[in-house]
Amino acid sequence: MAQVDLSDPRFPGIHAGGAPRRHVRLSWSDPRLRNVIWQVLILGTVGFVVWYLVHNTSRNLEARHIAGGWGFLWQPASIPIGETPIAYTPSVSSYGRALAVGILNTLKVSAVGVLLATLLGTAVGIGRLSRNWLLSRITAVYVEGVRDIPLLLQLFFWYGIVQALPGPRQAFHPVAGVFLSNRGIKLPQLDWAQAHGLALAAFVFGLLATFAWSRWADRRQARTGRRPLTWPAALFFLLVLPIGVWAAFGAPFHLDLPALRGFNFQGGLTITPEYAALLIGLVVYTATYIAEIVRSGILAIPRGQWEAGGALGLSRGVILRRIVLPQSMRVIIPPMASQYLNLVKNSSLAVAIGYQDIVSIADTTLNQTGQAIEGVAIIMGVYLTFSLAISSFMNWYNKRMALRER
Amino acid sequence: MASTRGLAQTRPIDWARANLFNSWWSTAVTLLLAWGIIRALWGFIGWAFVHAVYSVPHAADGAPDTAPCRAAQEVGACWAIVPEKYRFILFAFYPYDQQWRPALCVVLFVALYAVSANRRFWRRELGLIWIATLGVVALLMWGGVLGLPYVPQYQWGGLPLTLILATLGLAVAFPLAVLVALGRRSTAMPAVRLLCIVYVELIRGAPLIAWLFMATVLFPLFMPAGVDFDKLLAAQVAIILFAAAYLAEVVRAGLQALPKGQSEAADALGLRYWQKTRLIILPQALRLVIPPLVNTFIGFFKDTSLVLIVGIFDLLKAGTTAVADPPWQGFGNEVYLLLAVIYFAFCFAMSRYSQGLERELDRSRRH
Repeated sequence: MAQVDLSDPRFPGIHAGGAPRRHVRLSWSDPRLRNVIWQVLILGTVGFVVWYLVHNTSRNLEARHIAGGWGFLWQPASIPIGETPIAYTPSVSSYGRALAVGILNTLKVSAVGVLLATLLGTAVGIGRLSRNWLLSRITAVYVEGVRDIPLLLQLFFWYGIVQALPGPRQAFHPVAGVFLSNRGIKLPQLDWAQAHGLALAAFVFGLLATFAWSRWADRRQARTGRRPLTWPAALFFLLVLPIGVWAAFGAPFHLDLPALRGFNFQGGLTITPEYAALLIGLVVYTATYIAEIVRSGILAIPRGQWEAGGALGLSRGVILRRIVLPQSMRVIIPPMASQYLNLVKNSSLAVAIGYQDIVSIADTTLNQTGQAIEGVAIIMGVYLTFSLAISSFMNWYNKRMALRER
Repeated sequence: MASTRGLAQTRPIDWARANLFNSWWSTAVTLLLAWGIIRALWGFIGWAFVHAVYSVPHAADGAPDTAPCRAAQEVGACWAIVPEKYRFILFAFYPYDQQWRPALCVVLFVALYAVSANRRFWRRELGLIWIATLGVVALLMWGGVLGLPYVPQYQWGGLPLTLILATLGLAVAFPLAVLVALGRRSTAMPAVRLLCIVYVELIRGAPLIAWLFMATVLFPLFMPAGVDFDKLLAAQVAIILFAAAYLAEVVRAGLQALPKGQSEAADALGLRYWQKTRLIILPQALRLVIPPLVNTFIGFFKDTSLVLIVGIFDLLKAGTTAVADPPWQGFGNEVYLLLAVIYFAFCFAMSRYSQGLERELDRSRRH
C-alpha cells in the first residue's frame, strides 16, 4: 500500500478535527488559496456585470431626463382605478395613494382567497380519501383536471362567465336583495349601528369562551373520563349571547338593498366582476394544491393510529378530527405556507382581467413616470413584506403544533 | 393479490353497498353527487354535442357568417370556430404558407420529450440531442438559409412559441440551477454562497409577472445606448432566471438528502471537487428529486402563458386574440376549452410520467 501523506492538500477532510492549521501556501495545489482565488474571480465578474448594467442604466435614464428619487410618490397620478377601498380620485390623488390602493386590493383578494382556498382544499383533500367511491373519484377528477390547466386560462374562463351574465335589467335575482349581473354581484349591506359592533364583540367573546369551555371539557374528560356537553355552551355563547346583546340595544336592523335605477344598481354592497372572477379562479386553482397537501398529510399518519382509534370505539369522523388531523398538521403546515405565498403571488395575474393589484398599478406608475428602478423596488418591497409576514406566522403556528417530546 | 381477487368475486350490489351506501351519510352524499353529475353531464352534452354548431356558411368573399352560431349561442357550442381559427391559434402570425415549419418544430419538441423520458437514453449524448434539436428548431423558425424565407421573431407565435419558451427556458435554467444549488451548499466559498442565497431569495420573492414587467422595462435600460433588446428575448431571459431559482431549491433538497458518507467517500478516494460532484454527488442527488423536478417543469410549462401579459403571442394569447375577432366574439369558452385540452395533454402526460417514474425508482431503491 502506498504511503499517504496526510499533509497532502488533496485530503482536506482528514485535518477537519483538531489538526494544526497549515499556512496558506502560495501554490495552486492549496485548496484554500484556490477557493479564495475562485471567489474573487466570481465576485469580480458578477460585480463587473452589475456595475456595467448600473452604468448603462444611469446613462440611459440621464438621456431620457429621468431623475431618480421618490418625489414622484407625491405627484398627482392619472391612473383610473376601478376598485378603490380607500378614497382615490384620478389626477388628484398622488401616486403614493394609488400604490396604497393597489396594495389594499392585493390584500383584499389574497386574504379572502387564502381563507376560502383552505376551506375548499381541506374539504376536497379529505373527500379524496373518503370511503365513498363517487366522492373520492369526483374530487380526484377535480384536482387532476384543474391543476394541469394554466391559472391564467382559468381566469379568462371565469371572467368570461361573469361577463356573460345578463345586464342589470335582466339580472339573476335568486333571493331578495341579491342581484347577479354583468356589473357584478350586488348584495344587501347592513346599515352599521352601535348595536352591531357590540354584538360582534359579544360574538368574539363567545368564540373565546367556547374555546375555553371546550378546553375545560377536555381536562375534565382526561380526569374523570366523562366529557361534559359542549354544544349547549357553544349555542349560548355563539348565538344567544350576541343576539341578546343586539336585542338589548334596540335591535336595529336596516338593510341597504340594491335597487335598479336606470341602467345600473344603486346602493348595496358591490362585488365587481373582476374581483369575483379573480377570487373564484385563485380559490379553485389553489384549493387543488392544498387538497393534495392535506391528503398527503393525512396519509403520512400510520394506519395504526386509525386502527387504535377504531379499537377504542371512535367513529371515523372523530378519529380524523381528534387523532389524525392534529398529527398531520406537522406535515401539512410547511408546504401550506408556500401555497399561501403562491396564492398571494398569483393574485398578480389580476392584471390580465383588469383588477388593479399592486403589480398592475406599479407597472402603470412605472410606465407613466419612467421611474423604473423605484417601481421595481416597490414591488419587491411589498412582496417581501407579504412573504415575511406569512412565513413568520406559519413558523409560529408550526412551532405551536410541533411535537412536544418529553 | 388476494384483495384484488376478493374484489372481483364480490357482486356489484355488495360493492355498491360497501362503497356508495355504507351509511346514511354516505348514501346522502352519493345521491347528491350523482344528481349533480348527471345534471352537469346532461347540460354539457347538450351544449357541446346535441345543440352545437359544427360549421358555418361563408359569404362570397370568404367572410364567415356566424349567424347560426349566434342563434344557438345560449344552448349550444360553436365548434365552427375551431376549423376556422385553428391555424391562427396554433401558429399566430407566422406566414401562412410557411406554417409547416413551426408545425414540424412542434413534432420535433414532442419527439425530444419522448426521447428524454425514456430512461435508456439517459446518457451524455442526450445533451447533444437537446442542443441539436434546439438548433434545428432555430433553423426552421428563423429560416433565411436553405431556401427557407427569413421569418423575424415578432411573427412567431402560438404553440411552437410556448414550447420554445418552456423548452429553451428549462434547458438553460437547469444547468444554471445546478450551479446555484452547489454554490448555495458550498462551505468553502462563503462569498459565493451568499451570492446564491441572495439570487434565489430575491427571485422567489416576487411573482413571475413582476419579473416579466421588469424584464421588458429594465433590460432595454441595461443595454448600452443604441442596442435594441427584443421583447421575446427579455421574456425568455426572465423565465430562465425565474425558473433557475425555483429549480435550484429543488436540486438543493436533493443535495441535502444525500448521505454525507458519499461525499466523504469520494474525498477519501482523492477525487477533486468537480470529479466528485459530477461522478458521485449529482447522479444520486438528481435521481432523488426527479418527481419534484418534473412538478416544477409542469409549473413552468403552465407559467409560460404569463408572457401574454407583456404582449407576446404565445398559445393563450393567440387563442384570446382569435376570440376577439368581431364575428367570433362571445365564443370564448369553445376556444378556452380547446386550449385547456392542449395544455392539459402536455401537463398530464408529464405528471403521469413522473408518478410512474416515482414508483419505479421506489421499487428499485427497495431492492
